[in-house]
Amino acid sequence: MPVTVKTFATSSEAAAALSSDRAARFLGGGTLVMRALNEGDISISTIVRASEQALKRIDAAGARVTIGAGVTFAQILSQRDLAFLHAAARSIGGPAVRNMGTVGGNLFAPSPYGDLTVALLALDATIAMQGGLGTREVSIEEFLQSRDRQAGQLVLSISCQKPASLDAFRYRKVTRIKPKGGSVITIAAHLPMSGGRIVGARIALGSMAPTQIRAKGAERALEGRPLEASTIAAAAAAAAEGASPANNALGSTWYRREIVGVHLRRLLSGQE
Amino acid sequence: MSKTALQFRHNGREVAIFVDGGTNLLVALRELIGDMTPKFGCGQGTCGTCSVLIDGELHLACLTLAETAAGRAVETLDGLKDGPELHPLQRAFAENFAAQCGYCTPGMLMAAKALLDRNPSPTRADVVEAISGNICRCTGYEPIINAVLAAASGSRARA
Repeated sequence: MPVTVKTFATSSEAAAALSSDRAARFLGGGTLVMRALNEGDISISTIVRASEQALKRIDAAGARVTIGAGVTFAQILSQRDLAFLHAAARSIGGPAVRNMGTVGGNLFAPSPYGDLTVALLALDATIAMQGGLGTREVSIEEFLQSRDRQAGQLVLSISCQKPASLDAFRYRKVTRIKPKGGSVITIAAHLPMSGGRIVGARIALGSMAPTQIRAKGAERALEGRPLEASTIAAAAAAAAEGASPANNALGSTWYRREIVGVHLRRLLSGQE
Repeated sequence: MSKTALQFRHNGREVAIFVDGGTNLLVALRELIGDMTPKFGCGQGTCGTCSVLIDGELHLACLTLAETAAGRAVETLDGLKDGPELHPLQRAFAENFAAQCGYCTPGMLMAAKALLDRNPSPTRADVVEAISGNICRCTGYEPIINAVLAAASGSRARA
């Protein structure tokens, strides 16, 4: 069924069009919206696009990075200043999907997708959004909790502090297909160290709930402690706390619960 | 619903078509331009057989809104050969038995071209990565990987 395509020069006009039409969807890289159209999703009657260049901007020179919602995974991989996100970006799709899919769209990608969002959740990212009433910033955790009610809002950019060191930020995506495929489980860990102890531990999980979640039990087990075997074992034991894992062809709910601690332990202890 | 006029370069030739709103580039290429080389596999961005190059970058035509190709250069498998001469990648695919049923071949060739355009001397791991978005259910991938490596070393030998 044909849909109406509306292209705007600015993101504020695009946001206004989104907020005034419940059947409108914003088109980023197309990997979600065009796929829905190809599948015959009749809930979409309008596609909204914005040609504003700010959506493609990357500001990564300082300690805090801001990535435009329209930046693709391939663009992240071409930026040395975003090296901490390279493992997550590389774990997504084949080259074509990485040339198309965007950071903003990834926030809305349902399980088993949305791997970059797992990394951004572990980094306590902030989302800048434009609605009918103006722009606002929300934490990524708050954004994900109300993701299904974000209709009529346009994500402008995502920002976060760079991890203190590359070793303080770790990422692992477990797949069945090699070299890569849909996520059985995705884990990102941010472990800032101060005086030999972890301060501000963040563990984020993908495919362990309808949206990406923080493993708060594991975070508590790590907080204020040195990264040693007993701490890691306690975090692994608490990894599935509060999770309601996906049950799909890639893995059952039971299986994901069983292996999340194993993979968290391996990630934290630096094993392959 | 009104149609939208759309112009872009298709394998070096300017084309102008009218598309319905929401038409994807694969439908535009196959049904409106008549280029049947990009195939429809899944329509979900999973199989890769609709892969084309847009301004030299590998894209999935089935997930590309046709209008976003306006003013850009789209290359498909149809543009790979030079008159009667097959492209070195096509010759390498034939010589290395890299095609069985052939359905994935258009996407594999475009993904391989995207790789070799950027990196003329890829490692085996580079090739595996480059075709990781393309599914082949016949060959087990090994002959395809070998063909891409053979095309790369053949091109280096001629250079």
